[in-house]
Order: sequence, then structure tokens, then C-alpha cells
Amino acid sequence: MLSYLTQRLLQIIPTIFFVSIMIFGLQQLLPGDPALIMAGEERDPGVLAEIRAQYRLDEPIPVQYFYWIKGVLSGNLGESMRLKSSVASLVAEKLPVTLQLACMAIVVALGIGIPAGIVSAVKKDTAWDYGANLFALWGLSTPNFWLGILMIFLFSVTLGWLPASGYVRLGENWQASLAATVMPAFVLGNAFAAVLMRHTRSAMLQAMGADYVRTARAKGLEERRVVLKHALRNALTPVITLGALEFGTLLSGAVLTEQIFTIPGFGKLIVDSVFNRDYAVVQGVVLVTSTIYILLNLLADIAYVLVNPRLRG
Amino acid sequence: MKRLALSLALTVAMTASMAGSAAAQSHLRIGLAEDPDVLDPSLARTYVGRIVFASICDKLFDIDEKLAIVPQLALGQETSADGKTVIIKLRPNVKFHDGETFDAAAAKYSLERHLNMKGSFRKPEIAAVDTIDVVDPLTIKLNLKAPFSPLLAQLTDRAGMMVSPKASEAAGDKFGLKPVCAGPYKFVERVQQDRIVVEKFADYWDKDHVFIDKITYLPIVDATVRLANLRSGGLDLIERVLATDIKTVRDNPKLKLIKAVSLGYQGITMNLKNGPKSDTPFGKDARVRRALELAIDRDAINQVVFNGEFVPGNQWVSPQNPYYQQAFPIPKRDVAKANALLKEAGVTGPLSLDLMVPNGAEAKAVAEVIQSMAAEAGFDLKIRVTEFATSLKQAEDGAYQLFLIGWSGRSDPDGNSYSFQTCGSPQNNAGYCDKEVDAAHQEARTKSDPADRKKAYEKVAAKFLTEGSILYLYHPQVLVAHTDKVEGYKQMPDGLVRVVGIKLK
Amino acid sequence: MTAATALSATTPDVTTHEENPWARAWRRLKRRKGAMAGLFVVVLFIALAVFAPLIAPYDPIATSFTQVRKAPSWAHWLGTDEVGRDILSRIIFGARASLSAGLVSVGIALSAGVPLGLLAGYAGGWIDALLSRIVDAMLAVPFLILAIALAAFLGPSLGNAMIAIGVTAAPVFVRLTRGQTLAAKVEDYVEAARAVGNPHWRIALVHVLPNIVPPLLVQASLAIAGAIIAEAALSFLGLGQQPPAPSWGSMLNAAQRFIAQAPWMAFWPGFAIFFAVLSFNLLGDGLRDALDPRHK
Repeated sequence: MLSYLTQRLLQIIPTIFFVSIMIFGLQQLLPGDPALIMAGEERDPGVLAEIRAQYRLDEPIPVQYFYWIKGVLSGNLGESMRLKSSVASLVAEKLPVTLQLACMAIVVALGIGIPAGIVSAVKKDTAWDYGANLFALWGLSTPNFWLGILMIFLFSVTLGWLPASGYVRLGENWQASLAATVMPAFVLGNAFAAVLMRHTRSAMLQAMGADYVRTARAKGLEERRVVLKHALRNALTPVITLGALEFGTLLSGAVLTEQIFTIPGFGKLIVDSVFNRDYAVVQGVVLVTSTIYILLNLLADIAYVLVNPRLRG
Repeated sequence: MKRLALSLALTVAMTASMAGSAAAQSHLRIGLAEDPDVLDPSLARTYVGRIVFASICDKLFDIDEKLAIVPQLALGQETSADGKTVIIKLRPNVKFHDGETFDAAAAKYSLERHLNMKGSFRKPEIAAVDTIDVVDPLTIKLNLKAPFSPLLAQLTDRAGMMVSPKASEAAGDKFGLKPVCAGPYKFVERVQQDRIVVEKFADYWDKDHVFIDKITYLPIVDATVRLANLRSGGLDLIERVLATDIKTVRDNPKLKLIKAVSLGYQGITMNLKNGPKSDTPFGKDARVRRALELAIDRDAINQVVFNGEFVPGNQWVSPQNPYYQQAFPIPKRDVAKANALLKEAGVTGPLSLDLMVPNGAEAKAVAEVIQSMAAEAGFDLKIRVTEFATSLKQAEDGAYQLFLIGWSGRSDPDGNSYSFQTCGSPQNNAGYCDKEVDAAHQEARTKSDPADRKKAYEKVAAKFLTEGSILYLYHPQVLVAHTDKVEGYKQMPDGLVRVVGIKLK
Repeated sequence: MTAATALSATTPDVTTHEENPWARAWRRLKRRKGAMAGLFVVVLFIALAVFAPLIAPYDPIATSFTQVRKAPSWAHWLGTDEVGRDILSRIIFGARASLSAGLVSVGIALSAGVPLGLLAGYAGGWIDALLSRIVDAMLAVPFLILAIALAAFLGPSLGNAMIAIGVTAAPVFVRLTRGQTLAAKVEDYVEAARAVGNPHWRIALVHVLPNIVPPLLVQASLAIAGAIIAEAALSFLGLGQQPPAPSWGSMLNAAQRFIAQAPWMAFWPGFAIFFAVLSFNLLGDGLRDALDPRHK
């Protein structure tokens, strides 16, 4: 177990290194000149040259990478060209937003996905099962951005129940904060609920055919207890692992959903920074979110191996 | 879901009304179309940033509804007969947000900061200023390298914004994270891409006309969502309403719409001499370019894409502007004449041209309308929707034949034309160069009498509108909507939201 | 027929051991109503795309400045768009962009991912370690961010969007192929092939590859669904299909401004994406069940 752990931990280093190379390289490949887009309407060759020199844009790419990595290793993620604030402070500012949205989306997903999965497994081949499966397909097949637009149209434009956009911090006014995030959280959670439902269903079906469940039944326990206490407990492990993984994906930014609902989280920050060629921000934020994702992945793996010792190796 | 939404909506409504009654503080929430860049007057360059500056940083001068220059932190100015010195009297008893006094030394400091700071975008705007003298504590003298009549207009914008020397010295290039100026509101906090909060400055020089305690600026990119927020009461005022939404606003008794013709324009930049892509009959022969203009029905663009709300135009200033040249009216669409011109120029068969369009739904629709009209005259326009950052670079590199691009506009006509039309200027991505046009522009810069300047621009129009590199299409309307709670809002043609004088019911 | 023996070895309840595994899969697939419905819709969409010029009532790019944003009517069943084009015709022609994006980009992902996965799984050692870390890194960066960056780099066009999606989707196939290859490598028949002196490339292609086709096929059909959404997302951001040619994503992009005045502009393209994706998902689900030896 220990050697497996060390091996997995050591693998993280090259992975993060490749992430850094990839995200840095991709940006350099992007057409457009960061100084030019920063200048916008104020294009003066002299000022542009000053900006290029200030941010080392005129140096060879490996040199730029070296300076960046050197900064990262000493804990400095760099500075936004566009906003002049440090990338670390931007990350700190966006993390609570993205965290809140991700948590709410996971709650939505678990709240819908697991009960639906249980019902469809317990009532296999009934109308309940078909209904839950249909729901899962619907969730998997609806494009996020379309669902977002339709929800804004229905709940904000037509009915006026929920704010169409914006974000309020939880600490500031928690009701308003929930109201502002419930639609994007539903949009994000919906697709994932479908995945969860399917996994819960198959894990439950498997568990309900297992010996210990048969034994429990044979002992005369009521079906409800059998399902909830014995089958579910065993079926949940892979589902929870999956949830942890998906949480990592959500943290790295719900790109389009945040864009549509104007939620100032990681996803919106990254996309806006890509379009603004704010290199330091894209590099820094993607590096942070990718690292979180990789670590969560590792935790999920370890948890999985702990539960199923057979898989080790 | 439905019940949850409903109960949430109720709690939100309740908390909102509670906040309204409990707090005596009046709070104005303004919806912006974009997230502003850094809030440093020397380093800022976005239009939307200027909207926020309007509440935090006062300028030496301002403009009025008729584009006349009026004093703000200055009391008045005197330009010498040779146009080479400008003496500016400053307003007494003005304080910066940090309590420092605004005086001639501070004004000199601010202007020199604009001129010397590394990466300052103001430098080219006031490059004509050679040295600045403090004449007395409330008078400064600008010594110019050469006469430059657009200078005062520059001082009505960011180049005229005064910053607290003490705060600026302390913050260096991070000043924009917490700007300290002399405007009616002082900066409180900013959450990137989410909000900028400012609160009333108690020692503002004109505090009797400031009625609202707190303003929050909220960038909301999607215009439909911005409007939905205004209707639901989540915002009090929004800028850049879509022309196609005007009817929705007018039909709502609780909303008011304010219109003003903007100072900017939308046009097509035609590549004449920038790189190999300009090497076409189109780039070489002005007749072919006129044929394209004759193929386009500007009114139709306005009707189809903007519900007829914008202002068709053919010059760098709108037909309402005092500098519009009436001798050169908007040409009517004439496909037969366009065909004749093409024939004369020896163009046979459809002329295929690459039309670069920055990503955006409205620009795309305009391009599609133009494409369809131009096809009837024998042009085959290939639309290439290009992400904005890439399009700027490709324009610079000459990797385009036609480029649909606008300009947000400046109050002085020089700001809408010089940098685009003179040889080798930064915005002249088409490579247009004509000595007579250059000379006329220089003449307009040295003359200070508007009638004289207009005459100089007439020479520019005569050449540039027939053989030049920009096909001007229309002038957008500044469209601002607010709820009936907002009173006393006045719109200036620069599109900025001036907050002095606004009341909240 | 090594594939058949491999499958039947783990399948206790097969009816006839001699039956071709593909025939059996097809027989199983036919029994699944959902999968057949999905297949039917997929075929329908393909037919729409192929015969678009014959089916569409109007020219999809013909503007009409007097028919701007008109609600659905007898003349225009699904209404008209912001420059007066017929939405039904644009959706029919838009099927070309969406389906080809789905098929081509998954084709790219397969042709890049499968060989690399085979290589990593079969060669092992440092090649495997290197490839696996690169795959991990690509999977750690948000899918859409990678696709946006690639599409912006390549320049906006439908073809480039397909390449961007294909490259971004490739790591999943590398990982899947690698895992399956590792599993197949230790099977007896591969050991046997190696023992009789077959060259490595031959073992990889002839003995390993056929055994990993079923899971790849399943993953591919689901990836097509994902690619259709990704193409719509890129077009929605303006990085895909170029105007005036229609794609469902760019139609949604244009519709966003008019959601209050002309909601039909947003409904129909969204439904088209939904049904296309749904049918590929149904088909993928069916294939998974039909090809999975553990299922009956």
C-alpha cells in the first residue's frame, strides 16, 4: 500500500509539469498579441513596446517559461496584465465562488441522482425505472448552455422569480446568494445527476443480487431496511468516488455555465483571460485548478484501493 | 423545483424590501456591458472603465450635451495666440479622497504621471505637452511643442483626470487597485468580474449635487440578462441596451429609455497597402471600393439589425455633429452604378473578398446583411468571424482584406480620424497614405476656430471619402435604460454615466 | 476467431458458441427498443444532412429583410432568424455541421488515441510512463478550455473546430485503449502468439486490437454525443462554423440576444442538438449492453 501511495504521489510531479508546459505552450501558440489586446483602442507603438518589455513578452518563449516557473516555485503566480492584481489574489477571490457553486451542484446531483438510482434499481423494469432512465438520458443529452438560456428565459425573464445573473457572497446575504446560484447549480448538477443515477442503479442491482443481501432477506428483514441498510451502503462507495472526481471537474471551472449566468468563478475568469490574452492569469489559474483536480483524483484512487484491496498493483 | 424557486424568490423579495426600509442609505446599482480593466487613469484603456471613472475621478474639463468643453476641476483656460501655451486656472477648495488638497502642484504631478509613467496610454494623447509650470498655487501653464487644438478635448477625458500625488507615490503601478482621485465618489472595493463599489465622498467640491450614498457597478455581459435584471429590480440603470430591445423597454411603464447619438462609428476598414493580402483590384482601384459602397444600403442594415434605431452615416462623425460635411451626403444604394464601376475597373465575375468580423452577434448579423447585399453587385464576401484579440493582430499584420470594426468615439473630430487616416499612424491598419490628407489634418490641429477646422476637414473628406480606406456605415445610439426610481439622469453623447445630479426615489 | 473465444470464455450463457460475435451483438441490439430508436434518429439525421438540399424548403443562407424574426407560420414552419432566413432549412443544413463534427472529431480522436494507447499499453516502460503522464495532464485541464485554446490557435472554421475537439477528446481513448491492451496482454492467446514468435506490431494489431474494439465502439458513440455538444459550444462562442453557413451552436449564439422577443430562435436549434445527442447516447447505451459479455 505504501509503495503504491509513493508511486502515485511521485507521478503527480511529471503530470503537473506537463500541465504547466501544455498551458504555457498553448498560450504562446494563440494568435494575437497580448500587448495589442491590452491596448485595445489605445494603440501607440511606443507604449506597446514598453508593455512588452515590462512583461517580458519580447523575450524568447523558453526564457519566459523559465521566469514563470521560477516565480511559481517560489510561490509567486504572477500578475494580471489587464488588472494589475496578483494572480494569487484572483485565485483567492474566485475560490469561494467556485467552491460554493460546485458544492451546490454536487448536492443537486446527489439529491436527484442517488434516489433516482435506488428507485429504478428497486423497481427495475417498471414505469419508475423507465422514468428514471429517461430522466438520466435527458440530463446527459441537454447542452448546458441551452438549458441555462431556457432557465433564464423561464425563471427570470418570464416569471421574474430568480435573478438572471450575478453573484452575492454567502456571508453577505445567504438567501440572495442561494437565489443567485440555484439555477447554475441546477444546470451543472443536472447532467451529473444523470451519471450518478446510472452508477447508483447498476451498483444497487449488483449489490441486491449479492449474498449478504440475500442473507439479510432470508433473515426476514423488511425490504426497506434491506435496501437502505445493506444494499445501499455497499453500492455507495463507487458512487461517492465518482462524486469526488466530478467535484474536481466542477472546481476547474464550469466554463459556459458561469459565462451564461455571469458567475465570477474560475471558469469565467479563465475564459475571459484567454480571450484577453492575460497569460499570467490563464497559466496560474489553470495550474491551480489542474493541481486540485489531480490531487482529488489521487484521493479518489486511494479511497477506491482502500475499499477494494484486490485492485492494488 | 418550482416550490423551491418560489420560496427562494419570496425570501429574496423579503430581504430586498427589508434592506430597502431599514437602510436610509440610497444605493444605485448600475449594470455594465463589460468588466472594466485596471482603474488607473494613466493605464486604463477600455470604454467601460471610463464609465466607472465618471464617478471616482474628476477631470480638468468636461463636455456638455452639445460637446462644448466646460470646466470641471479647472475654472477656465486661456490659450495663447500662437497656440503654444495653455494657462489653466484651477478650482479652489478641492480635496482628494485621502484628504490631500488639489492644487497646481498636484495637477502638474498628475499630468506628468500621464506623460512619464511606464506603459501610460495617455502619453500619446497629450504628447504635444512639452513642460508644465506651476504659475501660482491655483494656476498651471502647459508649454506645447506645437499648437494642438484637440488638447483641451483630451483633458475632458482620462488625460485630464487628477490623482492624489501622495496615494500615487505610495501605490506606484498598483494605484489602479485602489484609485484615489477627486471625484464625487470614492472607491470602496472591487471583486473582479463581479462588482465595483463606490461611496459618496463627503468633501466633494460639488457635494450639494450628489444625492446617492453608494453606487455598485455590476458587469453583466449578456444584454438580455442585463435587461432582465433591470426589469426584476436587481439593477437600477443599465448601459448599452440592445436596439432590438428598445420596444420592450418602452412598453414597460416602469422603465425609461435615454438615447443620444454616440460619438463613435462602425465601419469597414479596407486593406489598401498593408501586406500581400491588399494586392487585389479592390485594394488598388478606388472605383471598386466605391462599387462596394454603392452595393450597401445603410438604411437596410439599420432596419434589419437595429430596428431602425441607429443613425446611418458615411463619415467619421455623425450627421448631427457640427463637423459633419454636408457636401458629402450618404450615397444611396445603386447596384447598376456599382456594376458599371466594376466593369470600368475591369473586374469580371464575382470578386471574392475576405471579410474579417470580430466575434459578436450584432457584428455577425451586420456582416451577413452586407454579404447578402454585396452579392447582388458581384462581390463574394467570405465572412471570417475572428476572436477579438486575433482580429486586432491580423489587422495590424495586414492579414485581412475587409475588417468590420468600429470606434468608440472621442469628442474631438481629431480623435475619430487622425490616427486612422494619416500616413503610418497606429490605427491606420489599411496603409492609406496621402500627403494632402496629412497636411489638412495638421492644419485642423493647429487651428482653434471650429469653422477653420471644419474647412480643413472638408479637404480630408473630399479625398478620404472617395478613395480612402474606411467605409463608414452607421453611428450607434447610446442607449441607457433606468427604472422610474431614478430621477434627473442626463445622457451625454460620450455614453458615460454621470452620477452627479441623479436622485433615487 | 480469437475474439469469439475470448468473449465466450467469460460468457457463460451464450446460446451458440459458434455465432459470430458481431452478429450476436446486432441480434442483441435489435432487441433494445431504446437503441433502435436512437439508431433510427441517427439515420434520420444523417439522411437529413445528406439530402438537405432536397428536403429544406428554402435556401438556408438566403436572407429576406422583410421577414426578420418572424414567428413560426405556414410559410416558415419554425419561424425566421435575425436576418430573415428560414430556421427549418438552417436546422436541416445545420445537421451537416453537427454530424460531421461529431463523426470527424471522434474519428480524429480514435486515430490519434488508439495507436498511442496500444503503444503505451504494449510497450510499457518509459514510453507508457511518458504517455500516461501527458494524458493525465490533458485530462486535468478543463476540456472546453483546451478546445477553445486549440480552436483559437488553429483559426475559426468548422474543420479546425473538429480538429480541436478531436485532439482534446483523444486522451480518453489513449487511456481506454491502454487499459484494455494491458488486460489483453496477459491473456493466454496473446502469450501464445508471442511464444510462436510473432512480431510485436503483429501481436498488437492482430491479436490485441480486435479485442478492444467493443469498448472503443461504445466509447466512440458516446464521444460523438459529447463532440456534437462541444461543436455547438465552440460555435456558440464563435469558434466553429463560419457565417452564413448554419450550425446549431451558432444559431443558438444568435438567438441568445432575442430570447425574449423571438424565443423560437433558441428553441429549435437546442432541440435539434438535444435529439441528435440523445440518439447517439441511446445507441451507445444499447451498444454497451449488446457488446458487454456480462450482460444477457
